[in-house]
Amino acid sequence: MNPKALVRDPFSVIVTGVGGQGNVLASRLLGDMLAAKGYFVTIGETFGASQRGGSVMSHIRVSRESAWSPQIPRGKADVIVSLEPVEAVRVLREYGNPGVVFLSNTRPIYPVGVIRGELEYPSLDALREAVARILPGARFIDGTEQAIALGNAILTNIVMLGALNRLAVLPFEREDFRQAVGRRVASKQVPVNLMAFDKGYGLAG
Amino acid sequence: MSFLIDEGRNIQHLLMGNEAIVRGALEAGVNVAAGYPGTPSSEIIETLSKVARDRNLYVEWSTNEKVAVEVAAAASFAGLRSLCVMKQNGVNVASDFLLHLASSGTRGGMVLVTCDDPGALSSVNEGESRLFAQILEIPLLEPGDFQEAKDIIPWAFALSEKIRNVVMVRSVTRLSHGSGNVRFGSLPGTSARAEFVCHGPLLDPETGPIISMILAAPELQHGPQQEKLKKAAEIFETCPFNTYQGPDEPELLIVTASICSLYSREAVRILGLEDRVGILKLAATWPLPERLVKKHLAAAKRILFVEEVVPTLEDHVKVIAAEAAGEIGAKTFYGKKSGHLPSVGELNPDLVLDALARIFPAAAGTGPAASPGGVKDIPQRFTPARGMTFCPGCPHRASYWSIHNALALDGRGGFVCGDIGCYVMGTLPAGFSTVKTLHCMGSGSGVASGFGKLRSFGMDQPVVAVCGDSTFFHAAMPALANAIHQRSPFTMILLDNRGTAMTGFQPHPGSPTNVLGEEAPALDMEKICRSMGAKVETSDPFDLVKTREKLNRLLEYGEGAKVLILRQACALSPEKRGQRKYEVSVDAERCRGENCGCSRLCTRIFGCPGLVWDREKEVSRIDEMICAGCGVCADICPAGAIVRKEVAR
Repeated sequence: MNPKALVRDPFSVIVTGVGGQGNVLASRLLGDMLAAKGYFVTIGETFGASQRGGSVMSHIRVSRESAWSPQIPRGKADVIVSLEPVEAVRVLREYGNPGVVFLSNTRPIYPVGVIRGELEYPSLDALREAVARILPGARFIDGTEQAIALGNAILTNIVMLGALNRLAVLPFEREDFRQAVGRRVASKQVPVNLMAFDKGYGLAG
Repeated sequence: MSFLIDEGRNIQHLLMGNEAIVRGALEAGVNVAAGYPGTPSSEIIETLSKVARDRNLYVEWSTNEKVAVEVAAAASFAGLRSLCVMKQNGVNVASDFLLHLASSGTRGGMVLVTCDDPGALSSVNEGESRLFAQILEIPLLEPGDFQEAKDIIPWAFALSEKIRNVVMVRSVTRLSHGSGNVRFGSLPGTSARAEFVCHGPLLDPETGPIISMILAAPELQHGPQQEKLKKAAEIFETCPFNTYQGPDEPELLIVTASICSLYSREAVRILGLEDRVGILKLAATWPLPERLVKKHLAAAKRILFVEEVVPTLEDHVKVIAAEAAGEIGAKTFYGKKSGHLPSVGELNPDLVLDALARIFPAAAGTGPAASPGGVKDIPQRFTPARGMTFCPGCPHRASYWSIHNALALDGRGGFVCGDIGCYVMGTLPAGFSTVKTLHCMGSGSGVASGFGKLRSFGMDQPVVAVCGDSTFFHAAMPALANAIHQRSPFTMILLDNRGTAMTGFQPHPGSPTNVLGEEAPALDMEKICRSMGAKVETSDPFDLVKTREKLNRLLEYGEGAKVLILRQACALSPEKRGQRKYEVSVDAERCRGENCGCSRLCTRIFGCPGLVWDREKEVSRIDEMICAGCGVCADICPAGAIVRKEVAR
């Protein structure tokens, strides 16, 4: 069961990933669900061609009071949801704290420097270990695998939203998601999105 | 139907700042909107186009920003309400006409929305459009949050009609591309009739011609223009979007505007300074409402300016403080000039917090720590940098490959002059560092035209300019005309990727459809260049062999301007997305890896994200999730190890 109220006001969520992964849609859906519940939601993000293939993040502030800064102060994130493991750590170092709720996809997207053989992409085991030392409750799931099984890797963002729902840190339910997604995607796409949401919910169990 | 034309008054939606501006324009009963795409402004025209039929609007992507303002001005002259939209750099382009427009004045309400990009998050430079309001002598409004982004637009239209001049509204990336709750107002009816009443006396503002022509009598137009600005300043004294939050006599007064007001509020709250610091958030920032500012200055001894890019608020408030010094006493000022805030880059709550902590050292100690222990201890090697590169299957990578190799083979030290588009990455290893000058829209061609004329000074380096298809129409045609007329021997390469790709595939005059998706006459670049007098060749950049042949021929071809059109749709274009022409694979038998002698040409140099260097097996491989199937890499492998097979349709 999800909380009926925020443990902090403003409550600060970061959705991060790599340009093209559906970061913006995930943050909008989250924002829509919470705004529909009467919260003030402020989302900060940057997008444009230069962000494609680069690090992207959306800052989501949730409040009963008012709009807040679309940029979360350093170290003040309450939740980090990431579509890519290295991006999760990048955001954690900058905006995280020992109390942050952390959920990351495990599927890497290699930076161009790694592809060229100039940089090294860390091993996932070492990365998980480093995160777990500070955040024992950190969660890693293979959302992309589930999304591909449903027919499209782009559904990873929705799998992650379903998993976030299971972590019960934000006041939204599956029904809120159904309504929100119905407004943002074509109606024939709604069922597969719901399936992705449910898969994510299952993975985070 | 878009929820943006929801009739329900008082309902709330989560809107992007740009959508809020659109809703504001619709509530104001806007009739005509024109603009040129540019991040972070593009969604405004795009969103308006989606409701154009329902709301009886005329919407267009104009050839460039100057034309957009001219189109919008015509609507105003004919008594309609019009909006023109651009990014900050667009105001530079439009400024010539804007200066004349501000002098002639307007009739129907006319609002210029400019979206600045502090920190140059999606721009080549960090520009500043607020200074234009001063130069143009027109009023400037800056919404401070998402609700205001909507509410301020109808207010701006009303102001424009009160003073009969164009009003500028400035947004920034964090507002335009951020989202927040917006409570809707009502939508007016959609019937409007246009008529240009112009047969009255010369200087009659209601019925005369609309001209900007002073001819040694500045009092006839410049005088009335300044009166309009004075009237706006008076109206600004009671502008409902200027707000103050804090104690009556604060120890420190923050003067701020735009999204910076939210950063200020957050920083004050984190440090627990709500009872000691006041925040004067101004929405009317030029001309400043002097009495209002003076009143707040009188109540505080110390002032902190929180604004992005150039310190204009700081300068203007200081003038008011100086003029009123006898009355309000001496003040201590903090801001960019004192070094409390950085003079470049965008701001955020942390930077404001740091500034406040310097002014209130004791409070800083009591606030929560800004970077809690632990997370920073995760070693940096877990976060390899994500550099910028062209997308998999991007035609620009193939084009630059050919250009770079042709110039290298030529051996005379040739170089490329570039301009604005995704192809700015030609300056980086992604484009083999081929581009050596980079400035504004169309400037590569103009600069190349100039270089071409330096032969008489002994310069024999071949000169190439690259220019996108939308950019060609926007600003490069005059440069080409110049080069042809002056017989400047340069090669213009038109990177024709079939749309204004970087900002999201907006149509341009060479496109077969307009912003509404209706069929539109497509101007033929090839015919245009040929009829202008250039020698023209066209090639598919994915065909490396033919492209090289044509490029070499043009580089060697005599005097005058030459044009090579490299035509291939952007890999992300709607027509191409998700469609692979080839299945590409690496034949592991033939790839000799580090022993080949190619020095990993494909992964290290060509650098397509779809080609991965396998560290364990020490060979290249294709990442099938990422590969777009353009097949170009098959032609660059000297060992023939990359194999492409046409995908059956």
